Amino acid sequence: MSGQIVYDINTKFGKYGGRFVPETLRQPLEELASAYEHLKHNDKFLSEYDFFLRDFAGRPTPLYFAKSLSRELGRKIYLKREDLVHGGAHKLNNTLGQALVAKQMGKTRLIAETGAGQHGVATAIVGACLSFETQVYMGEVDIERQKMNVFRMELLGADVIPVRSGSRTLKDAINEAFRDWSANYENTHYLLGTAAGPHPFPTMVRDFQSIIGKETREQILRAEGRLPDSIVACVGGGSNAIGIYAPFLQDKVELIAVEAGGQGIGKTNKTAENGASLNCGTNGILHGALTKILQDPYGQILESYSIAAGLDYPGVGPELAYLAEMGRVQPTMADDKIALKGFKALSQLEGIIPALESAHAVGYTLDSPEILGDLAIINISGRGDKDLATVMAHENF
Amino acid sequence: MRISDAFHHKPLLIAYICAGDPSPAATPELVKRISEAGADIIELGLPHSDPVADGPTIQESSQRAIVAGMNTDTYFEVVSAAKVEIPKIFMGYYNMIYARGLEKFASDCARSGINGVIVPDLPPEEAEPLKIACQNHGVDLIFLAAPNTPQHRLERIVDQTSGFLYLVARPGVTGVRSDLLDDTKNLIARVPDGIPKAVGFGISTPEQAAEIVSAGADAVIVGSACVDLIAKGKLAELEDLIRKMKLAIEIAEKRKIPTVC
Repeated sequence: MSGQIVYDINTKFGKYGGRFVPETLRQPLEELASAYEHLKHNDKFLSEYDFFLRDFAGRPTPLYFAKSLSRELGRKIYLKREDLVHGGAHKLNNTLGQALVAKQMGKTRLIAETGAGQHGVATAIVGACLSFETQVYMGEVDIERQKMNVFRMELLGADVIPVRSGSRTLKDAINEAFRDWSANYENTHYLLGTAAGPHPFPTMVRDFQSIIGKETREQILRAEGRLPDSIVACVGGGSNAIGIYAPFLQDKVELIAVEAGGQGIGKTNKTAENGASLNCGTNGILHGALTKILQDPYGQILESYSIAAGLDYPGVGPELAYLAEMGRVQPTMADDKIALKGFKALSQLEGIIPALESAHAVGYTLDSPEILGDLAIINISGRGDKDLATVMAHENF
Repeated sequence: MRISDAFHHKPLLIAYICAGDPSPAATPELVKRISEAGADIIELGLPHSDPVADGPTIQESSQRAIVAGMNTDTYFEVVSAAKVEIPKIFMGYYNMIYARGLEKFASDCARSGINGVIVPDLPPEEAEPLKIACQNHGVDLIFLAAPNTPQHRLERIVDQTSGFLYLVARPGVTGVRSDLLDDTKNLIARVPDGIPKAVGFGISTPEQAAEIVSAGADAVIVGSACVDLIAKGKLAELEDLIRKMKLAIEIAEKRKIPTVC
């Protein structure tokens, strides 16, 4: 660790974060921040959240000793099984929390953005479970790529609204959700899916996802009597990563953030060949926060690329940008090929098909085991059923 | 002409266009025609890939301009080439300014004859560094207030803004609407005296413009309606719209019943 970590409790992580939003969104964000500040200390709210995490989402998830992978890598590897959360990914931890906050605020409608559809599905699930009208913004390009998740959302009672602006992918879906929110905030909560965006989203999403790290800490102490040497997580916006890291920030545990290396570190005028904002990005403002982003020299946002739709985002949460700059989190990359290697390895060694996102973390450990120490934890943020078509379509698999 | 000088002859009509749409080369001539048709201030948008405060009309216009080759360097060339008597205002998103460097941006503005800067995603809480850069180069930094801005915050924004205060007429994004809300009128009434008030977002007809001025605004901003006519190549209609809106607000100003104290 290269310095003391200090948070400006108002809105920022070091210089990162903030609220770079149109004035109309200022008041909805203030109201959300103040409702959340109140509720996070409210016993009734917390016990309701715990109830849904346990009986609806299926928590706690196991911390599983991966025997074959451990033998393969010559060290002890545990897997945090977020793939077993209802819906198939860690996303529900956050959507449940935010939907309960929205309920308390008297909102009747949820809106969300989605890229691959995982967060959209997790929002549609809580929309159905907690009786909200739910609308999910999704880029036209993504709708075409992820028809099955569109059907899942619709089956769960949500409307999927195609986004035709800009690059017609995740970043544009977020823009569109903010536009909707700025017109409809009185009855609507914007349920942002990752630990990015303007304050209070990065803090609130981190808090809801930190259940992953809290459980992990107890489980590893019980199993091994000590903390791990390292924790490996994939990073798109970064919610599964910050969720598992948060309770370990003050410990001597290496925190490894694996970003999407995509097809390489190159970029053209409009597109980057990766989704690696911590590794390849520069400081800038995207979706209401100062963070690391992929941009051209003039400040136009580049389209990102990854085989894993959940890592295909040209920004990253501001807290991770800060922790990386402080040297507390180590940013690394795994490209498409390494991710596919991880996907196949975990399936065959352990009988667990990981999401392509999580497969980046797995693939990285296969390639660089020496960095892990003797005892490592990999966050398996989701399951891979959604990715079978993508993987089948990929050559040489 | 400085912005504050322009407000000596109220009410003002402020027209917005996206610089570079349909092409960078077309922009100086468009500015000239809009000025000659009677606009008192021209806002020139710098197109951004992710214009979160804008509706479909300005989003599409931004996309066209980017495709046509617009970037921040071209922007300042085009704006310098637009030689008009009326004040020119920069409008654009903060990341574009941040990427250029605040000091260089403010100096580029001053050199190309820009009198004021509007940044819709930069609230006063985050604006201190840009404010200093703008002050160094004699450029006004204009802030926005919205119908849902609480009174204590409104007063803080009024303290921070220079040139005028941009009042957002309604919730949501830019774009043509038909109705005008009571909230807009309330907002105009809530602004403390001493700062000119310009109202924008959703104003597209002479009738709406007149209503806004009758409610006490010092200026009306018309954006998407201009952008839409430029997109359709209807420049004569654009000039006609500017003339009619200008006439409507002048009549509305004259008809104002003097308030008795």
